[in-house]
Amino acid sequence: MTDHHQDLSEYLLRLADNAMISGQRLCQWCGHAPALEEEMALLNVGLDLFGQARNWYEYAAELLADGRDADQLAFRRDERAFRNTLLVEQPNGDYAVTTAKLFLFDAWHFHTLSALSASSDARIAAIAAKGLKEVTYHLRRSGEWIERLGDGTEESHRRMLAANDELWRFTGDLLAGDEIQQRLARTGIAADSAVVAAAWQATVEQLFERASLPVPPPANYLYLDGKQGLHTEHLGILLAEMQFLQRAYPDATW
Amino acid sequence: MYAQLVETGVKRVKDLAEMTPEERAFQERIDAEIKIEPKNWMPDAYRQTLIRQISQHAHSEIVGMLPEGNWLTRAPTLKRKLQLMAKIQDEAGHGMYLYSAMETLGADRDTEIAKLHSGRAKYSSIFNYPTLNWADMGAVGWLVDGAAIVNQVVLQRTSYGPYARAMIRICKEESFHQRQGYEILLTMMRHGTQAQQDMVQDAINRLWWPALMMFGPSDADSPNSAQSLAWKIKRMGNDELRQRFIDQTVPQLEFLGCTAPDPDLKWSAARGHYDFGQIDWQEFYEVLKGNGPCNRERITTRRKALEDGQWVREAAVAHAAKRQQKQSTA
Repeated sequence: MTDHHQDLSEYLLRLADNAMISGQRLCQWCGHAPALEEEMALLNVGLDLFGQARNWYEYAAELLADGRDADQLAFRRDERAFRNTLLVEQPNGDYAVTTAKLFLFDAWHFHTLSALSASSDARIAAIAAKGLKEVTYHLRRSGEWIERLGDGTEESHRRMLAANDELWRFTGDLLAGDEIQQRLARTGIAADSAVVAAAWQATVEQLFERASLPVPPPANYLYLDGKQGLHTEHLGILLAEMQFLQRAYPDATW
Repeated sequence: MYAQLVETGVKRVKDLAEMTPEERAFQERIDAEIKIEPKNWMPDAYRQTLIRQISQHAHSEIVGMLPEGNWLTRAPTLKRKLQLMAKIQDEAGHGMYLYSAMETLGADRDTEIAKLHSGRAKYSSIFNYPTLNWADMGAVGWLVDGAAIVNQVVLQRTSYGPYARAMIRICKEESFHQRQGYEILLTMMRHGTQAQQDMVQDAINRLWWPALMMFGPSDADSPNSAQSLAWKIKRMGNDELRQRFIDQTVPQLEFLGCTAPDPDLKWSAARGHYDFGQIDWQEFYEVLKGNGPCNRERITTRRKALEDGQWVREAAVAHAAKRQQKQSTA
């Protein structure tokens, strides 16, 4: 595998893992959402994310060409090999935490896929363009809920403040780029992390203002890095549950 | 059937001569196969029976998300995960569709859901059984949705228009789920390991009888059936539907290479139907009373979801009011 292919497959795994881990958290809401409409919406968003993850994994599997398929990339890697950002692996908490987590991620996802739909890699551009339609809806939806909860009742406002306080520290990891991404960005394949970060900041500021929520200062470095497989303690347990069948019955066909 | 025991509150079916002119006109309309619509006059007992039946049906869709939701985080492949998410999402949609149909009768969704949560309203007994292995996702799709379809296909001709139309829409999606469920089992039986084949047989052993119970009590023990049949809410008896389900399901069972947990199951050339063993009616009534394996967990989960979400719904209402006020002062 060339260095370029290595960079590219690494980048694709980040996109895939972000979508899938985010989707897996949404699966945990099934049957527990605050209204039937939300049951449907959360499953709908989760379904989109798993579909996107599958597309990214399939492309990554082709580039890796090591005999692993999309399912093996999803269900047979350990947490140290996962490349998702720390934010999406965080527990669901109450509806304010889930809403904040979705919105902060959706805003990043939207600007990332916007950039990627103009990628010089045609396959990435095609997957991103399809995903962007879905993520546009996700961002609209989570943004509306940020407004409802931020500018709803006293209790919902208090819970939104607590949720932001809980999650904001992971936004540094969300926005950080690295050498791999910047190398790919220079050839027009990947999104430029600084461009995405600036667009993300503007989207978040605009929505938080409408929701009467303060925008915290940039998050401190957390001495972890999802892109390097350095995760919080939450991911291992999430994967143990998600990967159980594939691990317990490695010869099985499902 | 997703509404397997519905009280009509009617002890004896009246004949035309005993009816008031209104009741007679209503019954003649029913007999002429003209659909009853929300604004038409209808006997109060007909209205109440339908509210009970449609709400039971809706509750069943919602509670029915839970046994499948139990395996959603553990689905073994991306494809199976996507299928299961789509299916459960459809079920939430069916529930909302049925609540809307119910509301055309003047009932209130929140009131009926409160009855479910306090144990005053029923839902299908099948969802009180636990899902213990992945093959249950296939068996639920094949047997449970299969039983629901046999019932709902007939309900497409039920006398109340909004309910009949809901059934037409819902059946299309249910048929798709049933085929997917069967394909899960077929894949495990044809291409799977011994352990997977054992899972399939185990799932069938556990869900076979509960699926047969979905059609409700035997006609002989179903005092409400006569009035529901006369009103054409029901179009066929419980036993007839159950027999139809068994006749169409046994060949599918054989094609899988599995067996039913029923030593008395055999083809009867004389009847042209499969004979089958005795259903454990005591178990059926106990589950319906709330004493099944998961009754408590199911209701606790639904009640907790609603309670935990109350502040969210209140926030949405408060925000909508603020927004409206801003618009009117702008």
